[in-house]
Amino acid sequence: MGILEIKGVGKRFGGLQALGDVNLSVEENSVHAIIGPNGAGKSTLLNCLIGKLIPDTGSVMFDGQSVLGRAPHEINQMGISRVFQTPEIFGDLTVFENMLIPCFAKRDGAYRLHAFETIPAEKEIVEKAEAMLEDVNMQDKIHMHAASLSRGDKRRLEMAMCLVQEPKLLLLDEPTAGMARADTNNTIDLLKEINAKRDITMAIIEHDMHVVFSLAERITVLAQGTPLVEDTPENIKGHPKVMEAYLGQTQQ
Amino acid sequence: MLGLENKDTKFLLVVVALTLCTPIILQPFPEGSSLAQFNAGYPDLMQRFAIFGIFAIGFNILFGLTGYLSFGHAAFLGVGSYSTVWMFKLLSYNVLPGLVLAVITSGIFALFIGYISLRRSGIYFSILTLAFAQMSFNLAYSVLTPITNGETGLQVYTDDPQYLMGEGALTTTHVFGLAMNKSLIVPIGGWEFNFNVGYYFCAIIAILAFYLSLRIFRSPFGLMLRAVKSNQQRMNYTGLNSRPYTLAAFVISGMYAGLAGGLLASMDPLAGAERMQWTASGEVVIMTILGGAGTLMGPVLGAGFIKYFENIFSKINDNVLHGWFSFLPDGIEDFFINIVNPFFGEGWHLTLGLLFMCVVIFLPGGLMEGGQRILNLLKRKSKDTADDDSAHHPKQSPHVAE
Repeated sequence: MGILEIKGVGKRFGGLQALGDVNLSVEENSVHAIIGPNGAGKSTLLNCLIGKLIPDTGSVMFDGQSVLGRAPHEINQMGISRVFQTPEIFGDLTVFENMLIPCFAKRDGAYRLHAFETIPAEKEIVEKAEAMLEDVNMQDKIHMHAASLSRGDKRRLEMAMCLVQEPKLLLLDEPTAGMARADTNNTIDLLKEINAKRDITMAIIEHDMHVVFSLAERITVLAQGTPLVEDTPENIKGHPKVMEAYLGQTQQ
Repeated sequence: MLGLENKDTKFLLVVVALTLCTPIILQPFPEGSSLAQFNAGYPDLMQRFAIFGIFAIGFNILFGLTGYLSFGHAAFLGVGSYSTVWMFKLLSYNVLPGLVLAVITSGIFALFIGYISLRRSGIYFSILTLAFAQMSFNLAYSVLTPITNGETGLQVYTDDPQYLMGEGALTTTHVFGLAMNKSLIVPIGGWEFNFNVGYYFCAIIAILAFYLSLRIFRSPFGLMLRAVKSNQQRMNYTGLNSRPYTLAAFVISGMYAGLAGGLLASMDPLAGAERMQWTASGEVVIMTILGGAGTLMGPVLGAGFIKYFENIFSKINDNVLHGWFSFLPDGIEDFFINIVNPFFGEGWHLTLGLLFMCVVIFLPGGLMEGGQRILNLLKRKSKDTADDDSAHHPKQSPHVAE
């Protein structure tokens, strides 16, 4: 039984069946990639996992509990973090303040007002944020406005913000989209390191096959809202059904 | 000191000094001179500076930090005033019980309105708060007449119980025997300085209110509120529910408004429904934006600016204008006065509107941004930079011990 169990999930947008009967199981501490052509329903599936969308049918179980019907912040507290396709960070705040916010967000979901404490007085939290920023090599940018960072740095900051919460499951929506090859390789290394060091399960949506084949332990191919195949990278390579989904029907 | 960083402590001390010296600063022209009409150092106006300063500081905690534009804050001002006057009617003219009740009732009222309105954001939130404020206004004006005394306004009558009123107690508002309307008038040279008890009472409360808001701005709570403004989606996906934070900000700013309303009634024991009108709600929005939303000092500046305009600029009538243009030949004088007239006196709203437009278009950061730009210009000219005390914009000063 995997840490994330998706059973029979379906979602309709008007006349469009975005997802139809998706079954998927992500093993603990594995890296699971979900690939598929445009419009296959990858992002819709991810949105169903984090509470942004509620599927019409099926169930999503995380760590033995259903995530359906929970608000996004409750799902995050269960241990799911998500990195978005376009980095979602606090653009008006500095890099350091960006990092402080997930550090203040405790896992127990308790609401803390903290209205009359000062930030430097919260030593543990400040140190935690500084250590994380050092881990991702951003210590020299901590006073910059997050909005003025480069795209790659924004992505790195967002990933660090997710990681500092020590999630059990990290969802990555095209983490290398729009990156140069060198940056892509850096990101791959970073993710490999995270997976090895921190025992974080990852589910990755990706177009770049280079990334998929260097990271994933299992791959699910989605096409038109349904999973086509699920297998190891070796077997996916050159799988006739996958070729068909990506390149179109072979001429008879 | 006081849980503040050095820079903020300095800033707070400057604010305290300015506030305490206001009766002197606002009286720059000698009595009897032709410019004396621009003096603003009389008690009634100075009290308004302090009170509306508190109102705007509180509004800024909501609008400046979270970006939620409430268009119904005057409702809390009115609730505060009514509560205070009721305390005068029931207990005595001591203002303290009234102020405490004003803060409590406006807090409860804000909790109720905020709980419902904060289900929506953006323009829908503004409309909901506006609707609540107008409802409150109409209730106060007609339906709730037994409590609010309808269009006459609530005031203290001689047959009111006033249970705590001892023999020979003061019949004007006071704090433990110190009457609010008492003034010490000090003539120095041609100048006349008016040190008024009511003003200093308001000023001390305003300084406390300012200190509290400074602490909130620098606290983790303030950081969360700015996160709400910046990216609510990311906040939710970080495991934080933004609603309790915004609600807390809404209640705090409602309590500030209630306190301001209570002080208004403490200076003049009257409370009318028109205090809850949407124009009053709009005024605090204009004050905050004019001064600079999200800055600490901006709202206070904006409040002072508008109250000065309302009281001084509006007094420049035809006769004064004739005096100014009397050096011109008759025909031209009349011509000039006809052009200028709509902008002065009764027409001060027109000038204020134009000014507001200019600020919004050219200085989106308000008067604070204007001041900052001038400072930067001066700095560039003289390289020997003194300690810059103008960086109170929360975005520009990272909250880290450097």
